[in-house]
Amino acid sequence: MHELAICQSLLSEVERGVAPYGAREVIEIVVAFGSLSGIEPQLLERAFTVARCGTIADRARLRIELIPVVVRCRACATETTVAANALLCGKCGTWRVELKSGDEILLKRIELSDIVDAAAPRGKDKPCARNADVP
Amino acid sequence: MCQECGCSLTPDDVHVHHANGTMSVRPASTSIDVLHGILHQNDQAAAHNREHFRRHGVLAVNLMSSPGSGKTSLLEASIDILKGKYRIAVIEGDLETENDAERIRAKGVPAVQITTGQTCHLDAHMVHDALHALDLSAIDIVFIENVGNLVCPSAFDLGQNANVVLLAVTEGDDKPAKYPVMFRVADLVLLSKSDLLDVLDDFSPRKAEAYLRTLANPATVLQVSARRPETLAPWIAWIEEQHAGVRHSAASHSEHGHVHHHHPVA
Repeated sequence: MHELAICQSLLSEVERGVAPYGAREVIEIVVAFGSLSGIEPQLLERAFTVARCGTIADRARLRIELIPVVVRCRACATETTVAANALLCGKCGTWRVELKSGDEILLKRIELSDIVDAAAPRGKDKPCARNADVP
Repeated sequence: MCQECGCSLTPDDVHVHHANGTMSVRPASTSIDVLHGILHQNDQAAAHNREHFRRHGVLAVNLMSSPGSGKTSLLEASIDILKGKYRIAVIEGDLETENDAERIRAKGVPAVQITTGQTCHLDAHMVHDALHALDLSAIDIVFIENVGNLVCPSAFDLGQNANVVLLAVTEGDDKPAKYPVMFRVADLVLLSKSDLLDVLDDFSPRKAEAYLRTLANPATVLQVSARRPETLAPWIAWIEEQHAGVRHSAASHSEHGHVHHHHPVA
């Protein structure tokens, strides 16, 4: 369960990304990763509702896009979409393939509200939205 | 900004806005495309550690496995063989206790214990802090014994030269299929406690290796037993080969007059 650490890194990248845009609320964060990244989407969502607390993104939605695991055969150059534990060429069956995608852990996009509200409480002064979302 | 009337809608909203002939149907927002590695800061710290190791010609080996597969015992037995020839240090990662570091220190080599509390893996910043407790100019090989866990440690680059993953023969030989993320990044797989193969007929080294290949991983697979030092020869030879490679690249780099100044990681 390293998804909490991943979320903390994610939020720190988000804060860096939005810094030039002033006092605006983060509405949505889009992340993309493959199943060879070792991240479980459901655990990431749960961890996010905890980690976002008291940050600039404490009411943000997390949208997760999955990147397929794709390998390219070193022998016949065929590209195959495969399961994370079967990195084999779909045409000739060899394991001598290279990974084309599927191990990424990416912050893809941040959606910011255009409403600038400098007076709004931020960070630790802001009430936490966590309890509203966790069943 | 909308080209037609100067309102602040994003391109996605524009057709909705103008089709309806009304102001925004949803709150105006700005999209920032990032496409950036989430573990960017860890990767930077790892690159910094790697530079420390490279500059000092130090081989850094990241040892990973499930809890109890014999990482510390393997280190103890390996230190006995290596310490006459190499200056060794160990960084120990555990949730709690200094026990493993004390076992290593009893062998006469420096050990830094990182206690991670509730964190299930080491990251590059933790290793960087630990490096400050070691004099790398007086070390040839650093073993980093990661937290016993076959899932989380694989996501965090520490700046190591090589990942060594242990699979004890008391575990299932299909572990590579169950934990593909970990076994895919292994540069060497050690089947540990191999002395027990004589009495365990349900672990097939051949199957374990086949599962590893199914992850497109060409890594060498060796059988080792910390209780039988004579089994460690191929593993020791692998370390020596890796160390020679690191020394060679450090030497050829310094011929070009490169100097790296140390800047603490922010």
